[in-house]
Parts: sequence; C-alpha cells; structure tokens
Amino acid sequence: MTTTSNSATQVLFDAPGPKGRRRILLLSLLSTVVILGLIAGGLWQFAENDQLDPNKWVVYLRVDYLAFLGRGLLGTLQVTAVAAVVAFPFGLLLALARLSRFRLLRAPAATWIEFFRGIPMLLVVYAFLLALPAFGVTLPRFWMLVIPMILVSAATTAEVFRAGIKAVDRGQHEAAAAIGLGRRDALVHVILPQAVRLVLPSLILALVTLLKDSTLGYVVSVNELQFQGKTMVSITRYLVQTYVVVSVIYIVLNFLLTRIALALDARMKARATAG
Amino acid sequence: MEAIAENTPLLLQGIAYTVALTLLGYVLALVVGTALAVCRVSPIPPLRWAATVYVEIFRNIPLLSLLILISFGLPDVGLRLPYFWCGVLGLTLSSAAFVCENVRSGINTVPVGHAEAARSIGLGFFGTLRYVVLPQAFRTMIQPLVNVFIGTVIGSALCSAIAVSEITWVTQTLNIQYAQAVLMFLVAGAVYLGMSLGGAALGGALERAVSPGGDSERGRDRKALDVTAGAQA
Repeated sequence: MTTTSNSATQVLFDAPGPKGRRRILLLSLLSTVVILGLIAGGLWQFAENDQLDPNKWVVYLRVDYLAFLGRGLLGTLQVTAVAAVVAFPFGLLLALARLSRFRLLRAPAATWIEFFRGIPMLLVVYAFLLALPAFGVTLPRFWMLVIPMILVSAATTAEVFRAGIKAVDRGQHEAAAAIGLGRRDALVHVILPQAVRLVLPSLILALVTLLKDSTLGYVVSVNELQFQGKTMVSITRYLVQTYVVVSVIYIVLNFLLTRIALALDARMKARATAG
Repeated sequence: MEAIAENTPLLLQGIAYTVALTLLGYVLALVVGTALAVCRVSPIPPLRWAATVYVEIFRNIPLLSLLILISFGLPDVGLRLPYFWCGVLGLTLSSAAFVCENVRSGINTVPVGHAEAARSIGLGFFGTLRYVVLPQAFRTMIQPLVNVFIGTVIGSALCSAIAVSEITWVTQTLNIQYAQAVLMFLVAGAVYLGMSLGGAALGGALERAVSPGGDSERGRDRKALDVTAGAQA
C-alpha cells in the first residue's frame, strides 16, 4: 500500500505475499465463475422465453423507433429543466427563510421542508390530479407533473442550500462585518456566492433526483421517456426490450450527471486543500 | 369521514402493506448493501468490479422504471412473482445500492490509523472490518442510513403503480369512489409522515445511544461523507 493513502479502505489488507496472492487469485477465479454463471443464467432465461431474438432488439436502431423514444427523452429533459429552473431558486429562498432571524419566516419554511421531504411525490401528483379538479382548477398535464416536482425538489434543495450556507467559514462572516457590511450585504455579496459554489455538486445530484422523479409522467400521462415507453409497448408488444432500453437511457444519463458532480466535487476539494 | 369509517379494514390493510414493503425492502437492503460494501473494499478484483457495476446501475435507474421492469418484464422471461414481492425486490435492489455507498463512505470516515492499528495487532481483513472499522463507521452511518430508510418509505408509494394495494393505492381507489380527495390525501400523507418522522426519531435516539460522551469533540477529525451518498429518489 502506498504511504500517501489516506482512506481506511486502503489499509484493510496488506500487500499480499505469495500465499495471499494465490488465495486472491483463486477467489478471483471463483467469483468470476459465479458472476459469469449468474449472467449466463439470466441470458439463458431470456433465450428460453424467446426474448433474445435479435429481431426484437435491432428494431431499436431504426430511425422511427429512435425518433419515437427521442421525443420522450426530449419531454423528460424539458420537464426536468423547467422543474429545476423554478425549484432551485425557490429552494434557496426556503433555506434563507429557515435561517432567518424571524420566527414568522422560520416556522413555515421548516414545516414546508419537513412536510415535502417526508411524503412521496406520487401523493402530491395524485393530489394535483384528483383534488384540484374537485375545486374547479384544471391544469395542463405538463404542470400536473412539474408543479409537484417543484414543490418536492424545492424542499430537498432547501436543505442542500442550508448546509452550504452553514459550511461557509465563520471567518467570512466576521470579515464581512469588519469591513462594515450589514447583514444583508454580507449575505448577498460574501456568503451566498461561496455557498452556491459549495453546493454546486449537490445541485447536479438534485438534477439526477428530478430526472428520476420525472418518470412519474408514466402515471399522469405526460409525454416523457417512461410514458413514451409505455405507449411503445402498447404498439410493438416488445415489453422487456422497450423497458430495458428506456432504463438504460436513464442509467446512462444519470451516470454522466453523477460523474460530473463527483469530478466537480473532487476539484473543489483539491483546491480547498491546496489553498 | 364516512369514507374512512366504512373502509377502515381496507385502509388498515393498505397501511400494513406499506409498512411491510418498507420494512422488508429496507432490512433486505441493509443486508445486501453491507455485503456489497464489503465486496467493494475487498482485495478480490472481480467482486470489487461487480459491486461497482451493481451500484452504478441501481443508483442511477429511476425506481419506477425498475419496478415496471421487474413486475411487467419478469413474467415475459418466465419468472412469475406476486406484485407485492416485485415491489419488495425493486425496493431492495434500489436501496441496497445506496446502503452500499453509505457504508463504504462510512468506512472511509474511520481514521486510517485505527485500521492500521488493527492490522498491526494481527487482525485480518474481516477481523479489521468486524471489530474495529465497522463498529466505528456505524456511528457516522446512522444519519445517512435513516435517509435511505426515508427513501424506502417514499419509494414504497411507487408500488401503487404496479398495483400493490398499499396505502397510496387504497386512498386513490377510495378517492375515485367517494371523491374525497383532500381527506384521502391527508390520511395517506399522515401515514408517510408518521413513518419517515418516526424513522428519523428512532435514528436520532440510536445515534445518541451509541455515541460516546462529549461527542462533538470526536466528530471533528472525521472526514465529511461523500456528496453522493445521501442522494436518493
């Protein structure tokens, strides 16, 4: 093990000697066999039920199929983007309210945050879908999905922002006060710019959450990827194939977003320790 | 109100299903997730890779997509499971990925000297984990694991989309029957809030119970947890 290693996972075992290396090799081979066996078993199960037929899979390379799913993907990105653009600033406001000196602001903000963090978004979606029409309010389907996403995401990002604001070094408050800035000026010009930069990776991860939440369009029939997949299944009858393709698209998108967030986080940590 | 009075058994059954889905999913996820975390820090490369691939897949797939794939897709490849168990399976697979990440980053918050000390008194890989690293890591993991629990509670609602008659499904069915949307929303909301707040309170109590006295001092030299560990949908 390297002397510079600084995480516990790296000292859990010694650099193995000849005997240890043999054992690791043996266990590696054994686990490889088991893993390959599991994969083979899964594939066999697919083949046995006629789901591996290439004809059922290559159709997803056809232009019209791709365009069909592409429209769904566009819908997903649109829903996510609109929700994020409204929810993030809203979340920041909630965080500021929760940190405010005034009880009148603090209490409602805290209630809002705890409430929407503790209940499933699906319930909020149903409330919009079924309760609002009872009061004579009808919204386009798009907003029936996006507004619940905004309400829930604002609550979760508020906690992210609050953690960010609290993470800004105390010295920054003191320095701002020392050069004569009032509370509000210090917040706007000194604290917030740093806090927002600190939470940037977490905000990108909030995008991942939003992207996942957007699949509820499946329930309210908003034209996004999961719902488009449902439509596709009803046309083509290739159920497993369609849902696998749809899931893979989500996994790839979220994987990339997570990678970006981690890279950003690592860069900021490196800079923080260097400076 | 009569909607509640007339359907108490149905509502109770819905609550029972929600509780069962959550608890089964969460407990199984704890077991699977911890095993995965051990794989991820083990000296066996194939196990490390397999666990990493697992986490990347199940952390990034939306839970609803996973549930749909399991409940509607599995019969097409010849595996028939009752919808309830499809729900449990989906929740377990998804939450296990988050448990794994939290356990792994919890392991990383244990000061490296402790693992070195354990190694130097002759403990092996499992001994070091079992007696020195995991017990300490567990303390820092309680809060993130509570978050995974809340994620499981919230996720169990999605099982209504695959026709498991848990509380969301029950209240929406009754809603169509009685058109008492607000009341039904409040009932279901109370159940979920009760469970997630209850879980959080329990976690808090557990954290206080296992933390050694004057804890604020000790927490200081611990490294912060991963940014990704807490994110769950």
